[in-house]
Amino acid sequence: MELLSLLIWLPILGGALVILIGNERADTARWVSVAISILVFVMSLSLYTEFDSSTHLMQFVEKTSWISQFDINYHIGVDGISMPLIILTTFSTILVLIAGWEVIQRRTAHYMAAFLMMEGLIIGVFSALDGILFYAFWEASLIPMLLIIGVWGGDNRVYAAIKFFLYTFLGSVMMLVSLIYMYNKGGSFSILDMHNLELTLAEQSYIFWAFFVAFAVKVPMFPVHTWLPDAHVQAPTGGSVILAAIMLKMGGYGFFRFSLPITPDASLQFSDVVIALSLIAIVYIGFVALVQRDMKKLIAYSSISHMGFVTLGVFALFSILKMGADGNLVSLNGGSIDGALLGLEGAMVQMISHGFISAAMFLVVGVLYDRLHSREISTYGGVINSMPKFTGFAVLFAMANAGLPGTSGFVGEFMVILGAVQANIWYAVLAATTLIVGASYTLWMVKRVFWGPITNDAVKTLKDINGREFFILAILALAVLIVGLYPQPIIEVMHASIDHLLNQALTSKL
Amino acid sequence: MNNTFAFDTSSLLVALPEIFLLSAIVVVLLLDLFLTKGFKQVTYYLTQASLLITGVLSFNLIGHPEAIILGNSFVLDNMASVFKVFMMGATMVAMVYSRHYLTQHSLFRGEYFVLVLLSVLGMMVMVSGYSLLTLYLGLEILSLSLYTLIAIARERSGAIEAALKYFVLGAITSGLLLYGMSMIYGISGSLNISDIAAFASDANLGSRETLIINFGLVFLVIGIAFKLGAVPFHMWVPDVYQGSPTSVTMFLSTVPKIAAVAMLVRILIDGLGAMHPYWSDLFMALALLSIALGSVVALMQTNIKRMLAYSTISHVGFIMLGFVTGVVTGYGAATFYVLVYVFMSLAAFGIIILLNKKGFEADQISDYKGLSKYSPWFALMMLIVMLSMAGVPPMLGFYSKFFILQQLVSAGFVTIAIIAVVFAVISAYYYLQIIKSMYFEDSEKEIVVSAPMDMKLILSINAILILVIGLFPDFWMKLALSLF
Repeated sequence: MELLSLLIWLPILGGALVILIGNERADTARWVSVAISILVFVMSLSLYTEFDSSTHLMQFVEKTSWISQFDINYHIGVDGISMPLIILTTFSTILVLIAGWEVIQRRTAHYMAAFLMMEGLIIGVFSALDGILFYAFWEASLIPMLLIIGVWGGDNRVYAAIKFFLYTFLGSVMMLVSLIYMYNKGGSFSILDMHNLELTLAEQSYIFWAFFVAFAVKVPMFPVHTWLPDAHVQAPTGGSVILAAIMLKMGGYGFFRFSLPITPDASLQFSDVVIALSLIAIVYIGFVALVQRDMKKLIAYSSISHMGFVTLGVFALFSILKMGADGNLVSLNGGSIDGALLGLEGAMVQMISHGFISAAMFLVVGVLYDRLHSREISTYGGVINSMPKFTGFAVLFAMANAGLPGTSGFVGEFMVILGAVQANIWYAVLAATTLIVGASYTLWMVKRVFWGPITNDAVKTLKDINGREFFILAILALAVLIVGLYPQPIIEVMHASIDHLLNQALTSKL
Repeated sequence: MNNTFAFDTSSLLVALPEIFLLSAIVVVLLLDLFLTKGFKQVTYYLTQASLLITGVLSFNLIGHPEAIILGNSFVLDNMASVFKVFMMGATMVAMVYSRHYLTQHSLFRGEYFVLVLLSVLGMMVMVSGYSLLTLYLGLEILSLSLYTLIAIARERSGAIEAALKYFVLGAITSGLLLYGMSMIYGISGSLNISDIAAFASDANLGSRETLIINFGLVFLVIGIAFKLGAVPFHMWVPDVYQGSPTSVTMFLSTVPKIAAVAMLVRILIDGLGAMHPYWSDLFMALALLSIALGSVVALMQTNIKRMLAYSTISHVGFIMLGFVTGVVTGYGAATFYVLVYVFMSLAAFGIIILLNKKGFEADQISDYKGLSKYSPWFALMMLIVMLSMAGVPPMLGFYSKFFILQQLVSAGFVTIAIIAVVFAVISAYYYLQIIKSMYFEDSEKEIVVSAPMDMKLILSINAILILVIGLFPDFWMKLALSLF
């Protein structure tokens, strides 16, 4: 097996091994699963070190026949768009497994195994280059998440788990029909072949919306976001982290890999709709977050709002540039190629940064929840008095969530806003309000939870974070600061792929 | 018309599996009479051996050149042999599961096995029938055995009702089927499938002839739809599923579906393939109704057998959609679907039977509460089966749906494909209900799995194969396609 296959199958088989270890030997299960996840992470780093960032072509490619009847191949590979997301996946999984160390006492082995398997399946999603292989990984990754929410979740977990599953299932079956349609037209399920498939505008429109439903549910975009707050609130901390840090990125990734290259003309035609929905998510959902009383719900809504930047950055490019008749890019509204690239790369950086920040925010809530079993903001107040170290981290992540310069949260949002300015100044103005709204809801939450007098006696008895929690939060804090101060390495690896994508998106198929 | 009945004993070799099974039935029946109570297990083992040998004999006939014997009334082709092998395998598995159920509920009797063998013989005749009469005979052998099988638990209140309901409705549809056959016979002058095919595909067919064929066709479609359990001829399905002893429900929901599809292929494709434009519209309507009703009504069920009944109805809809496409690959897709369905359905009923104890039928969805706590392994197996039925990759059930959808889209029925997947999502909800009960809810009442080792082993293999074949489905898809 080559590297990429190992990254997919090692966690999945490792998960099976952990199930065999059994819940009775919980400590062995914990150590084995963390060891596997660290091994996978270390291996995934060689994707980065051996990555050739000068080309947009797929690397680490593997291709063997899978279902020859339909010419479906086990075809995997990465480019600059998927590689960072894979590393984000392997990174987050370690944190999640460590975070569940003492907290999960019930069916520990199964819990760890579910996360390991999900890791492998999600890496599969990001590396699949065959439509059906992609779909299989995409759907299969729902199964562990369904169980994680349903088995280890909160009081209303059954409702949340089933809602999560059905929402995403409904979204993705339309994608399946589109994939089959394109296979019948072009004779291949290969995603790269689909990029070059000639499609009329009508066909593109149908396919665009089918994909849009699948990806928009995952991102999630307004108005199909309603499953997310339920799922997040009910999921155990680890589930929320993976959900926010990685699963939402599957939707964003879908826009990069499918919507733009396969249906460029439909994307152009409907870009205004998508931008409008993104802006609604950014502004309106930001205000919704402001009134939440439940910390997890607040962060869930803030996730939706931040993910709005991803879709805004992607679709703003159609208002910045167009392809001229002579094959050269022509600017609209005085925009430049740099502006469009800023939007796309900003969207990518935003996805990665949101992966760190939302993971950190959910872990912060998790730390509090483990101690007092309440997610209500009103339960807390004055936490800093009993948990000073913890409050330090929490405030840092809150600042990052609010988009403070120097943190990763700033970089992505700023890049997208810079891009959006070139598309339409009003897009940028509306998007920039998030810097105010986002700061309001995050900092107001910080104020009510961490500052102020202690109103609840239980808060006085809180113990500060232990070494394990310190370790996780410190790693995330480092990640947030490194990406915030020096995002260049991430942008460099994706540049060639993004540049190629920009050309694909602007080259009409008609 | 060829009336000469050239009897050549060497040609009988192609019917060897049927001949062997018939002899075996006689032996088992007679022997069972002389077995004392302590030795009743012998009947079971003899049954399994008969099925195994019949299966091996059929397996050896795969690749045999197509042969039509007994005055053009019996055909042996690859489809027949492969179907027979699958039917034997499925019946053997069903018998392993049945034994546990019968022992638990004190229904263990020799007649049970003899009746099952008889019905299998009927199905083999259906699979190989090459004249309307043979097909009808096979169908009746099957049906009569099934009526009796359902009523075998005569102390159960529901069983008699189920048997009677199945019998009355089945008799009426048999009559309708026969009426349709008589129409076809009357106009074409032959009962033989290839003669009918030649007649129906005659380019100079007059409008009068076409009208009469179509008239007969409607009745044939009704008869087949009834046997498959398609809406609106599905009324018997939930009641019979619920009322029958679970082991009988399992049997009648699985193996006879293969035979029904075989009969469908013989009559509507081999025989009246030229009439495809006429019957495919009927099929389309029946299929969509089945998918819709099966998916929606199942949502309200609390009895798992009833729920699986509606789920079967919706699966049947998918199978019929494969025949709507009118192309060979579409028929292959439908065949693949029916084999996959049998495989999944066996495992699903297997789990129900696994949990059966004396006085406990495990037929309420709430009976599965906390299964993942008391028996994590079999909860996992049930999880695989339910996800497969819902069509979630990488389980086998996904590929069967995918195959059908692909054929529909390639035949230009994109809208139909979309409707079908939307209902597939709706149906996912009730499969999730089982998963919910097993995993998300807890029960104080401990669930003890008391089944014998052989059943546990076979059931585990059955469920795991759903996942494993799902990872490598290529061979089976090709196999299904090679039958046409």
